[in-house]
Amino acid sequence: MKAMQFSKVKGDKNQHKVVVYALSTCVWCKMTKQYLKDNGVEYEYIDVDLLNEEDKQKIRQEIQNKSGSLSYPTTIIDNKVVVTGFRKDLLKEALGI
Amino acid sequence: MTPVTIEQVRKRAEADAQTYGYYLVPDPDLLQGLLEGLKINEDRYGYPSCPCRLASGNFDYDRDIICPCDYRDPDVAEFGACYCRLYVSKDVYEGKVPLPTVPERRPLEKQSRAFAPPAEAKPAAVEEKEEFVKVGPKLWYCKQCGYVVFRDDPPYVCPVCKAKREMFAQIKMRIDFLG
Ligand code: SF4
Repeated sequence: MKAMQFSKVKGDKNQHKVVVYALSTCVWCKMTKQYLKDNGVEYEYIDVDLLNEEDKQKIRQEIQNKSGSLSYPTTIIDNKVVVTGFRKDLLKEALGI
Repeated sequence: MTPVTIEQVRKRAEADAQTYGYYLVPDPDLLQGLLEGLKINEDRYGYPSCPCRLASGNFDYDRDIICPCDYRDPDVAEFGACYCRLYVSKDVYEGKVPLPTVPERRPLEKQSRAFAPPAEAKPAAVEEKEEFVKVGPKLWYCKQCGYVVFRDDPPYVCPVCKAKREMFAQIKMRIDFLG
């Protein structure tokens, strides 16, 4: 089976590790991705609704281990700051943008 | 099944908003994005499950998040918008109050079902039967107006008389065979 793939989006601001757990159908997830991109933040994302069952399960573990909730988008910065939903204010603060 | 069009999805949402006294989010890009998400889910699963939530693809597990979801009424009442912010209150629509952020009201245990691994999902045939007896749908009636509904949990708000969930009681049935 193919390994689960995070898509990477390049940016000049790459001092933080930014991971977005998203749904391909969710407009707020799209806005989060767009917001990061517009601000030149490097990030990776995964659209959880497009994964197979096994990978979904892995992602769930991953999110919950970092005490994220199962709602989307969930953005995890440097493996510790968890931002639930499209929250410009919180992203701004965490990323210094 | 013929795929639905965005226009059909829009019409349905508009009609539903009108019936229940809600409004669709005024921002056109946001609205378009939400309707597209609903369309994709309807094409993918056969029912328009919530675009902002992970569906399991199993109708019985997703029943509560088929748009308009079970959580819309209490969320619009409490926050002024549903979780995705497709449906909003009059005040939000008119811009008197800003578009709120709405926390997830759906219980974690229901969210988790969308992640069930194949190993857990496979013996479902046996499991489901038991579940049907213990936790499956039941008959509920509204003590205020008599509305009756058959599902797992009582609605948050009675769709007929708008009574709160607390007004619902379970109907216990016994069938006697005489003669
Ligand atoms: S949160 Fe809103 S858009 Fe999502 S299913 Fe509920 S009513 Fe529909």
